[in-house]
Amino acid sequence: MKILVCITHVPDTTSRIAFTDGNTKFDKNGIQFIIGPYDDYALARAVELKEQHGGSITAINVGEAETEPTIRKALAIGADEAIRVNAHPEDAIFVAKQIASVAKGGDYDLILMGRESIDFNGGQVHGMVGEILGIPSISPVMKLDIEGNTAKVTREIEGGKEYLEIEMPFIAGCQEPIAEWKIPNMRGIMSARTKPLNVIDPTGDNPMNVVEVFEMPPAKSGVKLVEPDNLEELVKLLKTEAKVI
Amino acid sequence: MSVLVFAELEEGQVKKSSLEAVSYSLALGGEVSVIAFGTMDDSAIAELGKAGATKVLKVTDAKLAENNIMAYSSAVAEAMEKEGADFLVLAKSSLGDPISARVAIKVGAALGSNVVDLPDTSSGFKVKSSIYTGKAYAVSELKGDKKILVLKKNAAEIKEDGGAPAVEEFTPATKDEDFKAKVTSTDKATGDVLLPEADIVVSGGRGLKGPENWGMIEELAKELGAATGCSKPVSDMDWRPHHEHVGQTGIKVSPSLYIAVGISGAIQHLAGVNSSKYILVINKDPEAPFFKAADYGVVGDAFDVVPKLTEAIKAQRS
Ligand SMILES: Cc1cc2nc3c(=O)[nH]c(=O)nc-3n(C[C@H](O)[C@H](O)[C@H](O)COP(=O)(O)OP(=O)(O)OC[C@H]3O[C@@H](n4cnc5c(N)ncnc54)[C@H](O)[C@@H]3O)c2cc1C
Ligand SMILES: Nc1ncnc2c1ncn2[C@@H]1O[C@H](COP(=O)(O)O)[C@@H](O)[C@H]1O
Repeated sequence: MKILVCITHVPDTTSRIAFTDGNTKFDKNGIQFIIGPYDDYALARAVELKEQHGGSITAINVGEAETEPTIRKALAIGADEAIRVNAHPEDAIFVAKQIASVAKGGDYDLILMGRESIDFNGGQVHGMVGEILGIPSISPVMKLDIEGNTAKVTREIEGGKEYLEIEMPFIAGCQEPIAEWKIPNMRGIMSARTKPLNVIDPTGDNPMNVVEVFEMPPAKSGVKLVEPDNLEELVKLLKTEAKVI
Repeated sequence: MSVLVFAELEEGQVKKSSLEAVSYSLALGGEVSVIAFGTMDDSAIAELGKAGATKVLKVTDAKLAENNIMAYSSAVAEAMEKEGADFLVLAKSSLGDPISARVAIKVGAALGSNVVDLPDTSSGFKVKSSIYTGKAYAVSELKGDKKILVLKKNAAEIKEDGGAPAVEEFTPATKDEDFKAKVTSTDKATGDVLLPEADIVVSGGRGLKGPENWGMIEELAKELGAATGCSKPVSDMDWRPHHEHVGQTGIKVSPSLYIAVGISGAIQHLAGVNSSKYILVINKDPEAPFFKAADYGVVGDAFDVVPKLTEAIKAQRS
């Protein structure tokens, strides 16, 4: 089984976000970058599927040279080879076109992604790649098992779950509890250094959603504390000041 | 200008987030058509009209009764073409996200996701989106003639002064390739207020000690017509179902009021709730980080405060 895993290079979930250059650039100062937490689930499930069914795992990232340590981490966790499409991932459509262009030549049985990236939170690249390739995309996926050529998939929906059956090839956007995150071991880290990481040029497609400026949410004016034995006061505030109940 | 809205139904009624999408589209300016799959109550059609729809395309084809993202996407693209719509507006959801993505490719549209406000059209077409899981916003220019906007909850207020819409049965041309993924069954809580749709959310954390103590959370939620949520460890330990888990790696909510009980306020939890209009925190530790993100707070024992708060709300009603 050939699996393509799409990984993002994103600020760690504990990062405090800030911008520079008149709020036009992300401030990387002091930020630790990681594999997107949902992409980590996708990669972990890919490693398990390879253990069960054999095959190979290719990791792909659309990003500039700075993402290579993150890609190496994916190799250390268990990808066999990696591809970096050398371009700034400006919008979901641009990224999807890059991934689809690689996937077209690769004959993958399964394309695993995260449910969403944690920078732009679109949850859209899977659907776009699926549409370009003419194959189904399912997200967010909590469970994915494969038997023969057919997969049984559990998708989370608002207030519950949906169970699907589907033939490969298809795309899944993964989330917990699909697999346990895997931590690279020493052997993995050593072998990652010599695994192939191919850098390729992007297609000529243009992004259609271009960020002009970033904004921070307005700061909270501070909490109003109410004594636990004066909850009538709290109810009054919620009703007359916030007007939410 | 013509706008198509993809509306979602829940037991015959239109979801609130879809009504927001209709009123948002009305404010964009232009004719608003709606496409909805499944059986719809007459009152639902009236509600769509009041919110601003002038036309409703009803898809009741039995082949499309189960969620089918590929077929729905083809139908939505076909409806855009048929209505001459340059815009598709929909609410962010487990259907809205994939459909918007596929239609964007089908019709070659620019796409804005997590949109929180009306666009600025003074020069170009600029939308404001929530990014970094609610920690910041991006203002971006959408290029191209066709545009798709995926709205976050509360991007627009629901209007109520529209008239009765024209209703049309729409039977999309279905293609075999669109039936590759089959929904075999669904497992869904009924009757509860859905978390992403809720105007008020009452959430509990590890401070509640165990699943047996959720009764008081549910009572408070019931009194407020609220949905219940929880922190990640709570769903990891199976105290509550996974679809209630709020935060960076769970559901992102933006209710008018978020009530956090016995939750410390870790940055990953805050990421899922920081676009709530108001936050009320109940925690026995005055140093809990959540108080810094809160509008209202009670420092006290949840087992004492929550039942008393429910009583105080009841008392104020009567
Ligand atoms: C990659 C990553 C992603 C994550 N994603 C999420 C996410 O999406 N959502 C999420 O929630 N977490 C997430 N987390 C976990 C997060 O970091 C915290 O561990 C978690 O939110 C803590 O949950 P909690 O507040 O319920 O528990 P605790 O941190 O244990 O807090 C319990 C709180 O209850 C209070 N308390 C105790 N007893 C009482 C009482 N009797 N009355 C009132 N208050 C009381 C305590 O003072 C304390 O503040 C993530 C972590 C990582 C690493
Ligand atoms: N720049 C990128 N490179 C590789 N994969 C990506 C990139 N951006 C997004 N993806 C994949 O698409 C998924 C959904 O991303 P998004 O639509 O941005 O929320 C992510 O979890 C990744 O698996």
